[in-house]
Amino acid sequence: MRIEPIQNGVVIDHLTAGTSLKLYHLLGLDRLECPVALIQNAVSEKMGSKDIIKIGAELDIDYDIIAYVDPGATVNVVKNGELHEKKTLSQPKRLVNVLKCANPRCITSTEQELEQVFLLSDEEKGVYRCMYCEAKAK
Amino acid sequence: MRNLISITDLSVQEIEELIRTAYRIIEDPAHFAHVCDGKKLATLFFEPSTRTRLSFEAAMYELGGHVLSVAGAGSSSASKGESVADTAKVVSCYADIIAMRHPKEGAPQVAAINASIPVINAGDGGHNHPTQTLADLLTIHREKGRLQDLTIGLCGDLKFGRTVHSLIQAMSRYTGVRFVLISPEELMLPSYVKHDVLEKYHVPYEETTDLESAMPSLDVLYMTRVQRERFFNEEDYLRLKDSYILTPQKLKNAKPDMNILHPLPRVNEISVAIDDDPRACYFKQVLNGKYMRMALILKLLEVEA
Repeated sequence: MRIEPIQNGVVIDHLTAGTSLKLYHLLGLDRLECPVALIQNAVSEKMGSKDIIKIGAELDIDYDIIAYVDPGATVNVVKNGELHEKKTLSQPKRLVNVLKCANPRCITSTEQELEQVFLLSDEEKGVYRCMYCEAKAK
Repeated sequence: MRNLISITDLSVQEIEELIRTAYRIIEDPAHFAHVCDGKKLATLFFEPSTRTRLSFEAAMYELGGHVLSVAGAGSSSASKGESVADTAKVVSCYADIIAMRHPKEGAPQVAAINASIPVINAGDGGHNHPTQTLADLLTIHREKGRLQDLTIGLCGDLKFGRTVHSLIQAMSRYTGVRFVLISPEELMLPSYVKHDVLEKYHVPYEETTDLESAMPSLDVLYMTRVQRERFFNEEDYLRLKDSYILTPQKLKNAKPDMNILHPLPRVNEISVAIDDDPRACYFKQVLNGKYMRMALILKLLEVEA
């Protein structure tokens, strides 16, 4: 399988195998009109297998979402076919309007236009909880 | 401006300060009878409650203040679809402090973000009930003379019992505290309390379904009601409601100075035959709740007394 290198855009590499589809939806990549390649279970010397997402356009990406899904991922910004910037990620303390609280008893289920806020409650395990009801992010 | 949404909003020092104020109120209530003259407490109760609302109202009256009351979603703008955020903004124009009970978890947090006056969480769904915890802490302190080095049994609905969650959060900060969690499997303590509080802070605990075998080790037994209103399914409620009923017979192996607490209302989980037992503290808790709410109102309104 061959996927052409991108000239301008973003490569999200070293994603834990199986996480790319979740990230694809959370980043809203399904709504883009530019080429987007989602590679699952690519062979990796370091990781055994990994996922990669290549986006063929320059765009503003919410790096917090990538760090939430996989803080070990790397993000390369490519310009004119060359590596322009390598982003380092850190687990965000707070996620706003990224996840939706699944607790039917949570105030977010009825209060209109309330921001969905999740806070990092366990750095080691990467657990996020709803700021309002403390339900765990799913 | 300070709010009380979760018991962890208060440091151990602040809880000690509230307990000290409560003792001062108990010793000399007349001294506090006019310290809140001209101040107004709004009690916004969107879920049925008798004792908590009356306790807040009695607390404010005994401090010399006034009370504006909304009882039940049906008699408020919430029934017209008003958001919690808007309600908080509106009530901020009328009152100096809000006590809110709401069936939705996190609603008082939303109110606190939007209000320009302090907000007290008076119970939000199955989530938190910090002022009940303040009542529990004062009761334990008055009975035991300390909050450290205690084995506390929590019995009944540990899943939806918000008073249980708040009490664990509060007591986990004291040294030498150990918990015995007694519940049917379906009503066990939620993982977020177990992992984020007990395990994170290395608080020893054990889980059991057997109340009688746990009894001899307990310094405090905190009974709870299986709450019908927390179940989506009536069948589940009926199956679990009579899981634990405390009778004099079950107390025969209990320590002579064990204290029995219950946040009330009681249905049948504590036999009335126990009410005259000197170990029964649940009606004392009600009175202690009023004193702690008085102390809390003073603190949040920054009234020197």
